[in-house]
Amino acid sequence: MTLLEFKDLHVTYRGSRGRLPAVRGVDLRVDAGETLGIAGESGCGKSTLAMAVLRLLPKSAEVSGEILLDGEDLLKMGWGRLRAVRWTGASIVFQGAMHSLNAVQRIGRQIAEPILVHEAKTTPAAAAKRAEALLERVGLPPSRARSFPHELSGGQRQRVMIAMALACDPDLIIADEATTALDVMVQAQVLRLISDLVTERGVGLVMISHDLSVLSAVCDRAAVMYAGRIVEEGPAHEVFAHARHPYSAALGAAFPVIGDPAARMNPGGLAGDPPDPARLPQGCSFRPRCAVAVERCGAESPELLEVGSARVSACFVAQEGMPVVL
Amino acid sequence: MTTTTVSPRALRRARRRQSFARSWASYRSQRTGVIGLVLLGAIVILALAAPILIDESALSVTRATGGRMAPPSAEYPLGTDETGRSILALTLWGSRLSLVIGLTATVVAIVIGTAVGVTSGHIGGWYGWIALRLSDWFMVLPSLVVAIALLAVLGRSMATTITVIALVSWPGTTRLVRAQTLTVQSRPYLERAKALGAGHWHQMTKHILPNVLPLVLASATLLVPSAILMESSLAWLGLGDPSVVSWGSILNRASENGAVSAHAWWYLLPPGLAILVVVLAFMMCGRALEAVFNPRLRGES
Amino acid sequence: MSSEEKTLTARGLRVEFGLPGGRVARAVDGVDLDVAPGEIVALAGESGCGKTTLARTLLGLERATGGTVAFDGVPLRYSTRALKAYRRQVQLVLQDPTGALNPRHTVYDAVAEGLRIHGISEDEPGRVAEALSRAGLRPPEQFFLAYPHELSGGQRQRVVIAGALVLRPSLLVADEPVASLDASVRGEILSLLLRLKEEQGLGALVITHDLGLAWSIADRIAIMYLGRIVEQGPVEQVLTAPRHPYTRALVSVLPRFSEAQSPVAEPIVLAGELPDASKIPGGCRFRPRCQEVASGNAAAVLHQCTGEDLKILGPEAEPHLVACHLDRSLHGDARMAV
Repeated sequence: MTLLEFKDLHVTYRGSRGRLPAVRGVDLRVDAGETLGIAGESGCGKSTLAMAVLRLLPKSAEVSGEILLDGEDLLKMGWGRLRAVRWTGASIVFQGAMHSLNAVQRIGRQIAEPILVHEAKTTPAAAAKRAEALLERVGLPPSRARSFPHELSGGQRQRVMIAMALACDPDLIIADEATTALDVMVQAQVLRLISDLVTERGVGLVMISHDLSVLSAVCDRAAVMYAGRIVEEGPAHEVFAHARHPYSAALGAAFPVIGDPAARMNPGGLAGDPPDPARLPQGCSFRPRCAVAVERCGAESPELLEVGSARVSACFVAQEGMPVVL
Repeated sequence: MTTTTVSPRALRRARRRQSFARSWASYRSQRTGVIGLVLLGAIVILALAAPILIDESALSVTRATGGRMAPPSAEYPLGTDETGRSILALTLWGSRLSLVIGLTATVVAIVIGTAVGVTSGHIGGWYGWIALRLSDWFMVLPSLVVAIALLAVLGRSMATTITVIALVSWPGTTRLVRAQTLTVQSRPYLERAKALGAGHWHQMTKHILPNVLPLVLASATLLVPSAILMESSLAWLGLGDPSVVSWGSILNRASENGAVSAHAWWYLLPPGLAILVVVLAFMMCGRALEAVFNPRLRGES
Repeated sequence: MSSEEKTLTARGLRVEFGLPGGRVARAVDGVDLDVAPGEIVALAGESGCGKTTLARTLLGLERATGGTVAFDGVPLRYSTRALKAYRRQVQLVLQDPTGALNPRHTVYDAVAEGLRIHGISEDEPGRVAEALSRAGLRPPEQFFLAYPHELSGGQRQRVVIAGALVLRPSLLVADEPVASLDASVRGEILSLLLRLKEEQGLGALVITHDLGLAWSIADRIAIMYLGRIVEQGPVEQVLTAPRHPYTRALVSVLPRFSEAQSPVAEPIVLAGELPDASKIPGGCRFRPRCQEVASGNAAAVLHQCTGEDLKILGPEAEPHLVACHLDRSLHGDARMAV
């Protein structure tokens, strides 16, 4: 069953420098109980995509296309319905847990708050009980409900954010760089927790990260975004290990696998910077940084086409069946 | 590839021009700032041009020609005081003293305040602690009482007035500068400078001061009007230099000579309004400058 | 290695901080480490393990409370003059290039700063241009007048590196040099460090929490846990055949292409977090979180784990050194080469 679907989504920011396209026609699907990873660098539009789901974009953003949550178009929803969908339908775990938590309110109250707002019949005592149970579920002692955010470590705060996202039993969780700032071991703990919750509750998960290797460890499928478009999509592990787009290959190589002789003393990397959205290059937007570009790339913009079973790539070279890394 | 011969000095000059142009553009976009600047320009021109517009002899009590507290007339557009001098002449000439005292006292206060603020923030330790306590102490002193006490000891003169105003104004700047210094201090570029081998002097002059100065400049423009107000208060209380004319001293004479009970509004209003306009002009400029140098006040981005 | 010239050495280094309430945090608790020109040493560990304090102490930005830092065989002295001379040799690259550059200084001024501090005025523009092009910003003149905010993250980090290179140091200490950079830019900056090592013999101590980074560029790696180095040796050995339980756990949770390929079959996710540096456990400091202790594998040496502090690992580069009682009982003396 399709839980979340983007249909030809476009998001454009109006700013002092004119109109800046952030998302340029994205089609994506997440099924219930499925985990989708979205990889890309800062400015590629992946966070805009996440914010668009809950209509959290600033006023300067123009959105077109459709975002269907359980078949219902989020972009056409009235505010009352949208309020109900936030938290119960879908919730977001943001990157900076310190900034997303209220510094002067106890953890327990912050978790209980959405429960009280969205479930009119709940009493404050019952909500507090639920908050404690949620804390326990994310691996924190229930006594932590009485702590303030600054009394917790970074990993613990991220767990609190996950507990908050779970508070109203949403069908979909969007994790935007939820583990980026954490240490390897704490990141492993949090990732394991997220994986367990997905299996246990059957929620859909959209995980956004710049680290393709993390996505490959947690997600079923992965989509790679570049300059506002999906450039490759497929089974997460396959996209990471055998990329069919030169950008995915570079992104995967940025976090080498230990023991991989090809990565030893060879940090890879990609010359140049992502394109300025106000001045996108002609043809394929990745061409200026691409090592395998052919003549055609400068003239036409490649479509997302099938390049194998359940895999699509927007690269002419990959579509011809040629290798995308030198 | 000819630019290897470009001298660092030319580069620095080009860079300064660039950043000045940027700041100016940002300042110009604020209407209140532009109005304040225009007002201020007009006042300064008038003050500078006073000797050309009205001869200094108009200030002489013995050579006064007007009647006693005469209302405005064709000859005396703003009326006369109790000795028959033109109020217009007094107000115009008074602007010179008010501005000079206001600016000088501010400069002195700013220099002391910045020096103490930067050093106490940067060096810290017991020195920083003592400097901070000292500025606290000066801050809580009731300024008028200090002023009266000092004037009683040192005698009434322009220099004393300036000293007194500077003495009670510097702690505010110290506080501001110290806070900003501590912010800059925690930036990684200071760590980088230290790792490059920079000493205290280099860190303070090359990194902290340039980052503090814009704020100091903005706060200085806000300090000038308060200095002018203070000078006026002191003069109004009869603590100013008796031999010169300032806006405060005009008001002092007006109240002493019963201008209020005589309903001689022309005696009170011009110096009072002059103070108001100058203070307002400085405030407007100061607020605009603050917004230029402290982007957080500019609302977005 | 230690006999070689221009080596940065730390011996028995300790840094303690007083905390409110009279407690003492032992941020660095006995470290022996060598970094020679022409080699890249990675110092890896979780945040709070003391790796940044160690780096700052090696640069003389923090004073050691015990042990010595020496460069080229000469112990570091903290007089202004001695430090200044030392800093021409050992330079720092910070994590966040945006914060490391004064927003009011142009690229030219940022790079020339080191020259000005050290009073080198001869051919300043030439030296700045040379440093910028060594850091990969070409043509350098094009960047002279740029302000940091006009550059991309990768370019900013290159400016920071150029600012360090302009003094022609023999060593760089880089604290998480790519942690705040975008994925595709990381590789470029790491390649730059690698190239500087290969072409110009520049040595580097790279502080990181990312073992993948060590695999990409480092010759040697030291794993730090609560102020001590618990395992060190050549990168190939430490990362493909880790022996300390902590290193094994760190390696096991990294992404891999296939299960067979990892040296540790099952991911070992340690519970809890790094303890406070003011509450370092007695005996082996890793014991409370150690998976070998928890599983009972270490039962034979448990008395040592609880009661006996481990020897500080030597700085020798070659043998693979491990500070673990269990490992010693299995492999004999820890100093034995594998």
